[in-house]
Amino acid sequence: MIQNILLCGVGGQGILLAAKVIAAAAVKSGFEVTTNEIHGMAQRGGSVTAFVRYGDTVFSPLFRAGDADVIASMEAIEALRYAHWLRPGGLAAVSRQRLIPVTVSSGKAKYPADADERLAKVFPRLEYIDCHVEAKKLGDARMANIILLGALSRGLDGIPSPVWEEAIRACVKPQFVEGNLAAFRFGRKE
Amino acid sequence: MKQHLTGNEAFARGAWEAGVAAAFGYPGTPSTEILENLVKYPDVYCEWSPNEKVALESAAGAAIGGIRSLVTMKCVGLNVASDPMMTLSYTGIVAGMVILVADDPGQHSSQTEQDTRHYARLAKLPVLEPGSAIECRSFMIKAFEISERYRCPVIVRSTTCVSHSRFSVETAERQPRERIPFVKNPSQFVPLPLWGRTLRRKVEERMCRQAVDSSADTELNTIFRRGADLGIVSSGMVALECAEEFPEASVLKLGWAWPFPDELLRTFAASCKRIAVIEEGDPILEEHIRSLGIACHGKDVTPRCGELTPEVVASIHAALDGRPFQPPKPVDEAADLPSRPPMLCAGCPHRALFYALAQFDVIVTGDIGCYSLGVFPPLERTDLLICMGGGFTLAHGMQKAGETRPVVGIVGDSTFFHSGITGLLNLVYNKGNATLIVSDNRTTAMTGHQDHPGTGRTLMGEATLAADIEAIARACGMKRVRTVNPFDLKAMHEVLKEELTCGEPSLIISRAPCILKEKTAVKPALAINAEKCRNCKSCLKLGCPALETPDIKAKPIINAQLCTGCGMCSAVCPFKAIS
Ligand code: SF4
Ligand code: SF4
Repeated sequence: MIQNILLCGVGGQGILLAAKVIAAAAVKSGFEVTTNEIHGMAQRGGSVTAFVRYGDTVFSPLFRAGDADVIASMEAIEALRYAHWLRPGGLAAVSRQRLIPVTVSSGKAKYPADADERLAKVFPRLEYIDCHVEAKKLGDARMANIILLGALSRGLDGIPSPVWEEAIRACVKPQFVEGNLAAFRFGRKE
Repeated sequence: MKQHLTGNEAFARGAWEAGVAAAFGYPGTPSTEILENLVKYPDVYCEWSPNEKVALESAAGAAIGGIRSLVTMKCVGLNVASDPMMTLSYTGIVAGMVILVADDPGQHSSQTEQDTRHYARLAKLPVLEPGSAIECRSFMIKAFEISERYRCPVIVRSTTCVSHSRFSVETAERQPRERIPFVKNPSQFVPLPLWGRTLRRKVEERMCRQAVDSSADTELNTIFRRGADLGIVSSGMVALECAEEFPEASVLKLGWAWPFPDELLRTFAASCKRIAVIEEGDPILEEHIRSLGIACHGKDVTPRCGELTPEVVASIHAALDGRPFQPPKPVDEAADLPSRPPMLCAGCPHRALFYALAQFDVIVTGDIGCYSLGVFPPLERTDLLICMGGGFTLAHGMQKAGETRPVVGIVGDSTFFHSGITGLLNLVYNKGNATLIVSDNRTTAMTGHQDHPGTGRTLMGEATLAADIEAIARACGMKRVRTVNPFDLKAMHEVLKEELTCGEPSLIISRAPCILKEKTAVKPALAINAEKCRNCKSCLKLGCPALETPDIKAKPIINAQLCTGCGMCSAVCPFKAIS
């Protein structure tokens, strides 16, 4: 068994924390785990991606387009950009948040008005959540990434709920544990 | 104990376990985090040097002085440090020394795609190539052993993917080492030609011994033994990708990549019907294998440029099997998506400088750093860029070429100390007439905010003397030196006007802290009053990511989550709509 996860978003949205929790949960479940983070000039507004793989034997931290069991995106149209990485039947967990790129503000490109329809068409299995709004309702908009983590966890095999929660406890500061557990359960629909 | 470490964290761990006592480096993606992690361990002295040459020479002094030393840099850094490395190969060292170079296949954050193995051959130094964080730790420890076995520095070559991937790594405790007292020996350590010729011969002998030892080293060179039809020779992370992509093939993964293990290559080739060399970068291994009289596939099926990702490796597999290969393509719904190029942060002081420069008809020669992004629209204020320190020297040459427009040379504060000072000295000495600017944001920003000689703090966290750019420039003979806050648009405009037309060399220090680092400089977000806004879009000429227009007809709005209240947009709005 091997599970491939592709996380995407825009610099500063917290996808690296999500990658860290998945890795911790997979390690606790006894799997070999690798992650790869695309750094570089990412914090300055560019697209960012992180790969996570776990399973019985993992050689390389990267995998091929079309092999992701789950893709999770913190931004609506970034999910479309990486849609071809998802395997047939895989799960897409996408946040409704829209971040307007400078190329749009400068009039050089358009942000698609029909992003919702496109997502629905491209992803037969879609968890489409207003993560920031829901996180705010739960007390802190910064937990949006953990809601998305909960949603994406529904598409992964081999990690039981208590292990996910243990991993969250290990990865976030003590004062944020309860809030983040609530956010995770909301995303996982538990 | 098992820890989930990135390659760079594992390099630091391995060096620490190996008893490294001193480490030097200059920040450069993807190598930077090695020293940032190593400095957290006890009993290791670590420093950021002003440039890679200084770092390598310091590490050499430490290793000859009897302690294990490490120097880290990115691929282009080795261009700067190559001079001492060549000679150090002759003199050798006393305690172990590792030169860690992180290459960047795919050019995620580098101006060139260099294959450091060329340097290893040129300097005649062994090179180890780890493929995972597990090997980053263990190869680092081995590299120090090999270094002491042959009394020469060892190059450990990483890549972006190796440095930034996490694996579960088994760690151990540190093995402390005694300092080996230095014993005078000029015929070894002073390579005058008289002694240099003897040293030269010894280097060749050393290489022959290494090729034999490397052939026998089954810890560094491993074989995934599967079928006997196809045999793959590879190294680094690509070898791991091959092990996954080709379950039917045997894979020879070379960890000790140079000097080539000829014996091992011959026996492996003899054990398989067909051989394919799948190497990222230049066909170094392939050409050598052919020179041994072994027929093989190589660059006939493998791209020369870019990263060998699993997808590329799959395409190589298909080519070797004579199958067509069709990877999934981006979906049609993604065909017209807006791109997200990297850009200067909201409230970045470089933006203010470039905006001011955009009001003049000048040629701008730039340098390596966040301010390289000044080349993109809407600012488009960089015309030429080569390397660190080049901002000053290119301007000088351009101006000597008879360029009729004023020529402006820009470097950052960290690159000023890296290699800008000599360019400034040269400009004054040789009566140049360019206008030099240091865009001084008080840190090495692009690589994640490292200290440098101007910040007043060392990597060990100690307060130290902060080098004064103005005083250095004056000491070099620069008569006109002005310091301005770029957010004071009027003052900056006045200073530029005067200095561009003064007919003498001059230096402008454009000084304001990096907003990403100096969180205390962040002010409340501004907002646009929609009633006062006449949608003239003057503010959008700043290219600030916090200024958004969801579609081209709408009036701009400010994203309060991104805005740092720098006031630039308010200053350029002709209708006073922003406050
Ligand atoms: S510069 Fe002022 S008036 Fe012009 S678009 Fe911007 S906010 Fe509106
Ligand atoms: S004040 Fe204006 S220019 Fe400065 S960060 Fe905010 S929106 Fe950008």
